[in-house]
Amino acid sequence: MSAALPQNPSRRSVLKGIGMAALAAGPLSACAFGSSDQPSTGGSTGEKSNTNPFGVVANAPLEIVIFKGGLGDAYATDVHEPLYKKAFPQAEIKHVPTQQIAQTLQPRFAGGNVPDMISNAGSDMMDNGALQSEGQLLDLSPLFAAPAIGGTGTVRDTLLPGVVEAGLIGDKPYLLKYIYTVYGLWYDSALFKAKGWEPAKDFAEFDALLGKIKAAGLQPYAYAGKNASYYQYWMIAISAAQIGGNQVLIDMDNLKEGVWTSDPVRKAAEAWASIGKKYLDPANEGLTHTEVQTAQNQGKIGFYPSGSWLENEQKEQTPAAFQYALAPTPSVTSSDKLPFGAVRAAAGESYIVPSKAKNSAGGLEYLRIMLSKDGARGFTEKTGNITVVKGAADGLKLSPGAQSSNDALNKAGDNIITYNLFEDWYKEFETELRSKTNALMFGRITADQFCKDVQAKADAVKADSSITKQNRTS
Amino acid sequence: MKMPRGSARFVIGFLALPVIIYVVFVIAPYLQAFYLAFTDWRGVSASPRFSGFDNFTKLLSDPTFWTAVGHHVVLLLVLPLATLAIALFFAFLLNMGAGTKGVRGSKFYQAVFFFPQVLAVAVIGVLFQAVYRPDQGGVLNGLLDLVGVEPIGWLTKPNLALWSLIAVLVWQAVGFYVVLFAAGMANIPKEVIEAAEIDGCGRARMFFQITLPLLWDTVQVAWVYLGIAAFDGFALVATLSVDRGGPDQSTTVLPLEIWRTAFTYSKFGYASAMGVALFVLSLTFAVLTLRVTRRERIEF
Repeated sequence: MSAALPQNPSRRSVLKGIGMAALAAGPLSACAFGSSDQPSTGGSTGEKSNTNPFGVVANAPLEIVIFKGGLGDAYATDVHEPLYKKAFPQAEIKHVPTQQIAQTLQPRFAGGNVPDMISNAGSDMMDNGALQSEGQLLDLSPLFAAPAIGGTGTVRDTLLPGVVEAGLIGDKPYLLKYIYTVYGLWYDSALFKAKGWEPAKDFAEFDALLGKIKAAGLQPYAYAGKNASYYQYWMIAISAAQIGGNQVLIDMDNLKEGVWTSDPVRKAAEAWASIGKKYLDPANEGLTHTEVQTAQNQGKIGFYPSGSWLENEQKEQTPAAFQYALAPTPSVTSSDKLPFGAVRAAAGESYIVPSKAKNSAGGLEYLRIMLSKDGARGFTEKTGNITVVKGAADGLKLSPGAQSSNDALNKAGDNIITYNLFEDWYKEFETELRSKTNALMFGRITADQFCKDVQAKADAVKADSSITKQNRTS
Repeated sequence: MKMPRGSARFVIGFLALPVIIYVVFVIAPYLQAFYLAFTDWRGVSASPRFSGFDNFTKLLSDPTFWTAVGHHVVLLLVLPLATLAIALFFAFLLNMGAGTKGVRGSKFYQAVFFFPQVLAVAVIGVLFQAVYRPDQGGVLNGLLDLVGVEPIGWLTKPNLALWSLIAVLVWQAVGFYVVLFAAGMANIPKEVIEAAEIDGCGRARMFFQITLPLLWDTVQVAWVYLGIAAFDGFALVATLSVDRGGPDQSTTVLPLEIWRTAFTYSKFGYASAMGVALFVLSLTFAVLTLRVTRRERIEF
């Protein structure tokens, strides 16, 4: 470029030169958007067979990106990757652990250089809806239709009900939701036994119990407002489903008019707001989930709302005497649709295969290995979490928390409260809901105001044509 | 002026690399962002679709955007004023606190004031998490607890949170400007100060009628720097505030909303439009400041 400049540059000609360079950099920098427009078919495939249903090329390298959060990444490095290596000894596996999925991978998606399998999780996960609408995700239907490893029938046959459906975007499964998570109120059963406290069945009992815990000098109820207010809106949603049935949550996901101002949601918000007003320490709004969870381990907190990953996440901080246990959320009214004991349980944690991966067949095969009995068992052993594979954890000695979730699931029977998909689908709505949940629980707005504000945001998202709308029927 | 033969090649040889780096890593991304602002790019496709001024019309009616802009206005007024006042005061004491000399130990204080500048913003974020912690475990609330005052939610009270963050920004910035002004004051000729002293000029008068006018260029530069800093605040808000920008959006700033719009909502086009707005705002500010504060230069 310097050759294009005159021998004795005047100020003007230098500026012109810089301007030209900037213009020249325009098309040059366009490579940030990727160079190829055509969707690739996802790399070369080898011969397909019953043991190699996706036609994995034996020596094709495989890149696995794992969100290294509450579950760690040992389940991949010590269980799944060795299993893959055993099946394809010549394949080189590149293991990439990260806590910042979006920051690490967004540029790679834009540039067309994507890994072969991603655990898309954590607070910085990528927007699955956006990925799918841009054609970046591989349809996982072949995975569920493939023969199960070491069993009879297809992969789909080996899974708990509702697992494939939990990963639908539109009408196709693009996500493998791998972990079966149970949600509720977590407490230390050893402490409760010593004090003679029993988890409550309805909100009146709950109120009385929290009063007793407060009198004993503990914070009876806490959640982390600084970065985990969604744990609290889960509880509000679960209570709303208890009152009005799962349809309420389905309506939320479909952005149905007036669902947030409807009776079940308003009553649930009222019930939780009164708990917040009476028992929530205002300091909790400025604390992170780690700080609050550690305080619970130190015996300073009664109940904490969370999912069944909590025990594993806190493993390092939990004293030996501390016994995690799960209590279902208390009933709100005497005319609740679902009885006490109903819990939210859902297949969670998305695993995806990018459609433009160089070795997408390998990515699919990796997922099939994760869904094998050995893969699922190993996962439970490493993380203490139950997978979506039927009976894979049978006979394993479970930790107190996992055992308690399992018991709660068994007691709930068919009364399973469904998940919410708006968290994945409508991030703008979700951001607003978090903010309003804090405002509600820490007493800055009333339940009525909460319902009105959240409904207004739902309406705004519904009216925004730039946001792709999703729909669920069950 | 005619340069000796061959020196142009020499100059170009030196400039080429930095200019190329600047163009590729600064100018080109700017141009790209301007282009993206007119598209509906969601960050993952290879071909952004052109959408005209849609993003900008949407921006004008976006309450979150205006909340953030409002916070920048507050920052723009408070951050430079507070920082400059404190920094000038300290610099004056350090350099002229005792006539033509500073107060005792001024070299030591100067180094101490500069410490925050050396720390990475992330470190400051973590530091102030501990300082502002809302329960008795926090540094401030621990002290208050000793005298029997209930803990204060420095970052959880919507009408206090922004001020707590501004305090951190000021704390972090003061040291640099103390050193900047100290250097400026060292340039003021001793004779002028001595002459004023002989004429019976007091400290305050000395400051307002001798030091400040002779320091005006430096102050002006500092004002522009701080003004540009007032359009940022991303790192501190992201690490310290409740729910990133909360409670109730009371601390959100434009760079944070840009980041959220791009990486959480996957709306890179709209985020770029916000970025363009931010660019225009900070440029307007810089030009206005330089215009408004322009004065006769005092030769000395």
